[in-house]
Amino acid sequence: MALISGWGRFPVVDTDLLTPRSFGAVGDAIAATSGGVARGNGRAYGDAGIGVSQTIGMTAFDRVRSFDPATGRLRLEAGVLLSDLIDTFGPRGFLPYVVPGTRFVSVGGAIAADVHGKNHHCEGGFGRYVDSILLRTGAGETIEVSREENPDVFLATIGGMGLTGVILEATLRLRPVETGWIRERVISASDLQAAMRALDAGDSATYSVAWIDCVATGNDLGRSLIYLGEHARANEIPRGAEAFPRGHDPKLSVPIDLPSMTLNRYSVRAFNELYYRMGARRAGGSHLVSIFPYFFPLDGVGAWNRIYGRRGFLQHQCVIPQDGALSVLGDILDRVSKRGDASFLAVLKKLGQGDGLMSFPMPGYTLALDFPATGNIMNFLDEIDRLVVAAGGRLYLAKDARQSRSTFEAGYPALQRFKEIRASLDPLKKIRSKLSQRLFDEVQP
Amino acid sequence: MNTRKIVLVLGGSSDIGRATARSFAKAGWDVQLAGRETAALEPDAADLHARYNINASTHRFDVLDTTSFNGFVAGLPALPDVVISIVGLLGAQETAQSDLDHATTIMRSNYEGPALILGLFAEKFLARGNGSIVGVSSVAGDRGRASNYVYGSAKAGFSAFLSGLRARASRGGVHVVTVKPGFVRTKMTEGMKLIGPLTVEAPVVGDAIFGAVERRTDVVYVSGKWRLVMLIIKTLPEAVFKKLKF
Repeated sequence: MALISGWGRFPVVDTDLLTPRSFGAVGDAIAATSGGVARGNGRAYGDAGIGVSQTIGMTAFDRVRSFDPATGRLRLEAGVLLSDLIDTFGPRGFLPYVVPGTRFVSVGGAIAADVHGKNHHCEGGFGRYVDSILLRTGAGETIEVSREENPDVFLATIGGMGLTGVILEATLRLRPVETGWIRERVISASDLQAAMRALDAGDSATYSVAWIDCVATGNDLGRSLIYLGEHARANEIPRGAEAFPRGHDPKLSVPIDLPSMTLNRYSVRAFNELYYRMGARRAGGSHLVSIFPYFFPLDGVGAWNRIYGRRGFLQHQCVIPQDGALSVLGDILDRVSKRGDASFLAVLKKLGQGDGLMSFPMPGYTLALDFPATGNIMNFLDEIDRLVVAAGGRLYLAKDARQSRSTFEAGYPALQRFKEIRASLDPLKKIRSKLSQRLFDEVQP
Repeated sequence: MNTRKIVLVLGGSSDIGRATARSFAKAGWDVQLAGRETAALEPDAADLHARYNINASTHRFDVLDTTSFNGFVAGLPALPDVVISIVGLLGAQETAQSDLDHATTIMRSNYEGPALILGLFAEKFLARGNGSIVGVSSVAGDRGRASNYVYGSAKAGFSAFLSGLRARASRGGVHVVTVKPGFVRTKMTEGMKLIGPLTVEAPVVGDAIFGAVERRTDVVYVSGKWRLVMLIIKTLPEAVFKKLKF
């Protein structure tokens, strides 16, 4: 047995962690388990990557099967990390179409969570660029699923949190790029409404995201920096610069659990103030940044999850449909800023239509906040959830560790269909995670 | 004409073997992967080709079948520029204490086989006038310890062989590298209690081997900390050392 947790380090669960080295061994693990789920690189924040009794580690499956530079099509094993893909294929002029805020996620995990990036509003999620998936089901079958072959299972697997079976391999399309640089434009917005307008105006930009100062109150509530970005062409980068800059391993790492008081209202306020002022000073013009700090700002600090101390932290990421989003988001931010143990990181971004049956995105705005897992935080987040549900929104499962069944059911209307598909693939209920147990598995007597 | 350099990896399906092959392929080398089962090597050869657009081939090689060694060398499509032996068997010390067959297998897998095959390549490389030979030995060979002296003594023999070969071959333009990885998180060490700060991942070993070949380093402790740890262990007086339980 091993004590494992997600990236948020809450909850910590005792599970049997298996590390199969062959697809046959994955099959054996599924056959033997009474409730298991695949785990990639452990970057889901909550309990999505932890099995009820067994957890099937997939990082040994790190091989690329084939690559066609003419089309950018790639067949690979599910344990390959996006960081590995970027390092390997970036210098050859190809990047994943969609990358989340960390590059240290596995391809299997990216499919299972249908991760989104800063381009979701115009280019969709990770699943949109997946052509097919090799899946090992709970019934012990190995099936290839795609939009043509077993489309129901395919769409349930995109964003299905690994619950349709273990993803063994996938075929992806990569994006041809001329450089590893982004032309970035920073816009400062003095309040929430201005930030949302700036994001709306940035709809035509390939990448857009807003960082919100959620310590700011009153007239400053929701003041933000909006980052727009486009892939830089070869003729845009300065002479002498490398066409594809290298992504360095984190130079800075958090070696220990910091005392949980390190992040308090004063230190977070000071940080936010400084960050906003520095960003606002850069606002206006455009400049080039490497893809690494642009897409993965926190990857520069190893084990940053330790700054929240031993008790871990909770991410809360909701999406609110476009209509009425301003008042709901304003309400949420107001409560967060009044509460005082403000979120160190708050990100606002527009999303488009989701691609999978259970994908998180829907047209609207997503707000990501994080909080130390202390005090009465659970009650506070339940309050926020009520606002989200009332607005017709939902929470991102890859970040969730605590939402209630009713919040989940209200947000994911395709749940019944998803359960039927799971039942047909897995009559003995072999594939179960702590997340599925918490949110929708039939309660065992 | 293909002008890429070629590396042969003996023990190509091991975690360190796979990582080492990637480190060379990434730098544009063609790769020959050798191991007991070529079928197990095929996915890795395909991986190297897909990633780095180099040629990767697979070859059957059994380190215990020493009579096949001459045929193996002659059967390669091209004599490589660099040969790396990652072959080894940790075995079970307690079993090896009374089971002579098991002890013999450990000794042959870690010393006899690797030394003989690298010796054979040394002759070919010396005849050609260039080449590099890399033997992955172990810090366990620096001093015999109660907990793993069957394995350790075989690695000690291998290290001594490489040391002597290096002295001789260097006069003929052939370079010999001894690699002592320390703890590496691999299939071989799965389930063992490893000391975090002294443990590295396989790709770090791969890059260290590639760097050692490029820079013509003689002896590589992959983590510098091990050089210090083993210096202390080697200098302990025997009277003290024999009382330690590790």
